[in-house]
Amino acid sequence: MKKKTVNRRGFILKTGVGLGVLLGVGVIACGPLRRTSAQKVDEGPPGYKNEYEAFIWFELQQDGSIILHSPKVEMGQGIFTALAQIAADELEMDFKNIKVVHATTAHGPIDSLSTGGSLTVSSLYQPLRELAATMREMIKMNAATIMGVSANTLTVKNGEVIGTNAKLSFAEIATKSTNWNLKIKESVLKSPKDFTVIGKPLPRIDLVPKVKGETLYGIDSTFPDMLFGSVVRPPVFGAIFKSAEVGNASNMPGVVKVVIEKDFAGVVAKSRVQAEDAKKALKINWGMPKKLVKQADVDALVKVGVGKDVKIQKEGNTDILKGEGTITREYFSPLGVHGHIEPNGAAAHFQGDKVVIKMSTQVASITRDEVSKALKLDKENVDIQSQFLGGGFGRRLQTPHAIEAALMSKAVGKPVHVFFERTEEFQNGVLRPPTHNILKAKLDANGTIEAIEHHTASADVAFNSSILANVFKPLSASLAEGIVGADFGAWRGGMIHYKNIKNYSTTAYHKELPFQTSWWRGLGLLANTFAIESFMDELAHQSKQDPLAFRLKHLADDERGQSIKNVLKAACEKAGWGKSLPEGRGIGLACSIDVNTPVAQVAEVEIKNGQIKVKKVTCAIDPGIIINPDGVKAQSEGAIIMGLSATLFEEVTIKDGKVIPNAFGYYPIAYMRDAPEIEVILLSSGDKPRGVGEPPIGPIGAAIANAVFNLTGKRLNKIPLQMDIS
Amino acid sequence: MKIDFTVNGNPQTVDVPENMPLLWVIRDVLDMKGTKFGCGQAACGSCTIHIDGDAVRSCSFAAQYAQNKHITTIEGLSTAEKLHPVQQAWIEEIVPQCGYCQPGFMMSVANLLDKIPNPTDEEIDDYITNICRCGTYYRMRKAIHRAVQLK
Repeated sequence: MKKKTVNRRGFILKTGVGLGVLLGVGVIACGPLRRTSAQKVDEGPPGYKNEYEAFIWFELQQDGSIILHSPKVEMGQGIFTALAQIAADELEMDFKNIKVVHATTAHGPIDSLSTGGSLTVSSLYQPLRELAATMREMIKMNAATIMGVSANTLTVKNGEVIGTNAKLSFAEIATKSTNWNLKIKESVLKSPKDFTVIGKPLPRIDLVPKVKGETLYGIDSTFPDMLFGSVVRPPVFGAIFKSAEVGNASNMPGVVKVVIEKDFAGVVAKSRVQAEDAKKALKINWGMPKKLVKQADVDALVKVGVGKDVKIQKEGNTDILKGEGTITREYFSPLGVHGHIEPNGAAAHFQGDKVVIKMSTQVASITRDEVSKALKLDKENVDIQSQFLGGGFGRRLQTPHAIEAALMSKAVGKPVHVFFERTEEFQNGVLRPPTHNILKAKLDANGTIEAIEHHTASADVAFNSSILANVFKPLSASLAEGIVGADFGAWRGGMIHYKNIKNYSTTAYHKELPFQTSWWRGLGLLANTFAIESFMDELAHQSKQDPLAFRLKHLADDERGQSIKNVLKAACEKAGWGKSLPEGRGIGLACSIDVNTPVAQVAEVEIKNGQIKVKKVTCAIDPGIIINPDGVKAQSEGAIIMGLSATLFEEVTIKDGKVIPNAFGYYPIAYMRDAPEIEVILLSSGDKPRGVGEPPIGPIGAAIANAVFNLTGKRLNKIPLQMDIS
Repeated sequence: MKIDFTVNGNPQTVDVPENMPLLWVIRDVLDMKGTKFGCGQAACGSCTIHIDGDAVRSCSFAAQYAQNKHITTIEGLSTAEKLHPVQQAWIEEIVPQCGYCQPGFMMSVANLLDKIPNPTDEEIDDYITNICRCGTYYRMRKAIHRAVQLK
């Protein structure tokens, strides 16, 4: 048995983070099997394998507090708070005495994929409880040794181990322990009815430092004697770095070195301003593409019927959807950006055969692997130290800038901080792909949907992603595509959930664009739900049925269908569905289910000077066991406002290989004045927590569009929604 | 160029390029990281500070113009004993999510309340034009009204 002292990371507990294999790898799927895979992906997001090592650490401090090393990153979603609450319940200690920090890649394996997909709490809930229970038992065992009694006679409560005649605090146990038995495994867990911390709306643990401006994000990272780097990035899509001439750059003020690497050039200087000024003096020889990308190219590629098509859902037969009586509608959403406020960057310190990198990343271990490969370093010698993220939203799943920082630090022999300027975030980041959806349906004489077809087209979301490559390691992306069928990120939210319909199907079309597109909060959820739920609303009105009743009658009575019905009823009841509205106000409803979390939203809108103004959103969400009700509400409010912003304002287009616009202000993101009143109703069914970060972004687009119809009689089928004021 | 000014009441002298944005003087030279960089174009407000009592977006304010000015950053908004009412309200309403834009917002709001002690919703909309991508606006508005009560 290992002997360790408590003040030197004595407790290193290891546990596999049971994320579960969701996709059968190694089976070349035929149609039905592929649809089964698709169904599984839809119900619980994609292929996070359990073969890698994922560990969590607890450290008992001399003062009795415990440090929890999180394998996932805090990007605002409140997971540090939720994880501390989960741990505190089994540890039988004060929640306030748990400190959560980011695990670093060199000090024990961390989550080998990503923080994203609304997976953190749902995937860590069970393993973290087991781990915390084991930790508690270890503390109890040591207390027994110190007290000279049998551990069976002891109980743990409020950070103390209590015997019949004496008690010891965690602090005393930490101080007096010399050996720790690391082989204890405790799996008897509290019954949820005995939870005292889980379920409480506790203030988030990062609240006070964030309000005081003390929290350090990736961009705040420093090393002693650090220099500042700036990289020249491609001016248009498709431009490839060939070579660089130093020109006058090396003589400019503050310049330490012009760094020319195989695939990029940049400047290291004493200040950021000097690095940025000098970089403009570099002459880069770009290999230009034969043809510059235009918006028309994008529109032609992302279109139903174009590209690889895969049927991801099929029940009954939809062959009747032709000819008279067939209702067909199409919907569009544009390219968009993440708009995270903290630009991407990395501070790297290269020394000998090691590099330490401090940064904001959603994929610390993938970043480590990429740096290790690019710099030919052992993985153990690359330490990615995740910092707090100034927003993530999927943008920090691609982190090649870590390599740039490491190479620049290596080139100058000092720590170097490199980051993106905002214009580079637009042009050289990754975009949310556009979508095109077509829906077809036929109603019978009773206004019941006989058959419905959904066709959803988009570009890369999960494909072309380092995460996918890791999930399907060692399979190639094309083989992965064979198994998964279509890009599961793109069609997220694209399944028909109205299972009382006898005949339905969904077909996904995928086409790679000549520039990078990728994950964005909720992936395809917002756009696909906008299409399906706008269409459902139109079908209800066409057949003169109430949109709520119409939805309810097409939902099945199984657990999943029932859970959607429940949120629909809850949201509508709270919003006063059917009530008389003030003059000039419209009301609309939509629902979705994502990572098994159903959400319904009722939006109320007004139109002033041709502008849609959302006045109120009532949201009902059922995320299963709720760790922190206030956290779920905060995520719902945030998702609603981000989704509202995308629905009403946001769009980029491509002109001659460039992203237009490429600045905040010109790219309109919702301001304070655009935020509605929001009311969130929490339901809690089942015995596990489900995802929260993304599901509530689903219905908002359709809820707003349906409210606009209610007010004006006009159907808007294109995001961003714009009234024709002519 | 040598520039003298005070930050949170403390006299400072820095020797920096005259065109260096004040934001980088504060962050990189004075090593105060509470003031954030978001866009460098005065469009998002993450870098908002107070200069002689006005809210200013420091990413677009050249260091040379800070000569003899009195600057307040998020680190100087509260005193050691007492949080600023805006910060207190922010805590009571549990406003931040990722938190990155929040110092800029709190600096903007503190300045708004200095100028309009009890702003209407419309005045809040007109004055607070920072960007929060996590979408915490709904709670911010409640926190602003609460801060008015706390003052």
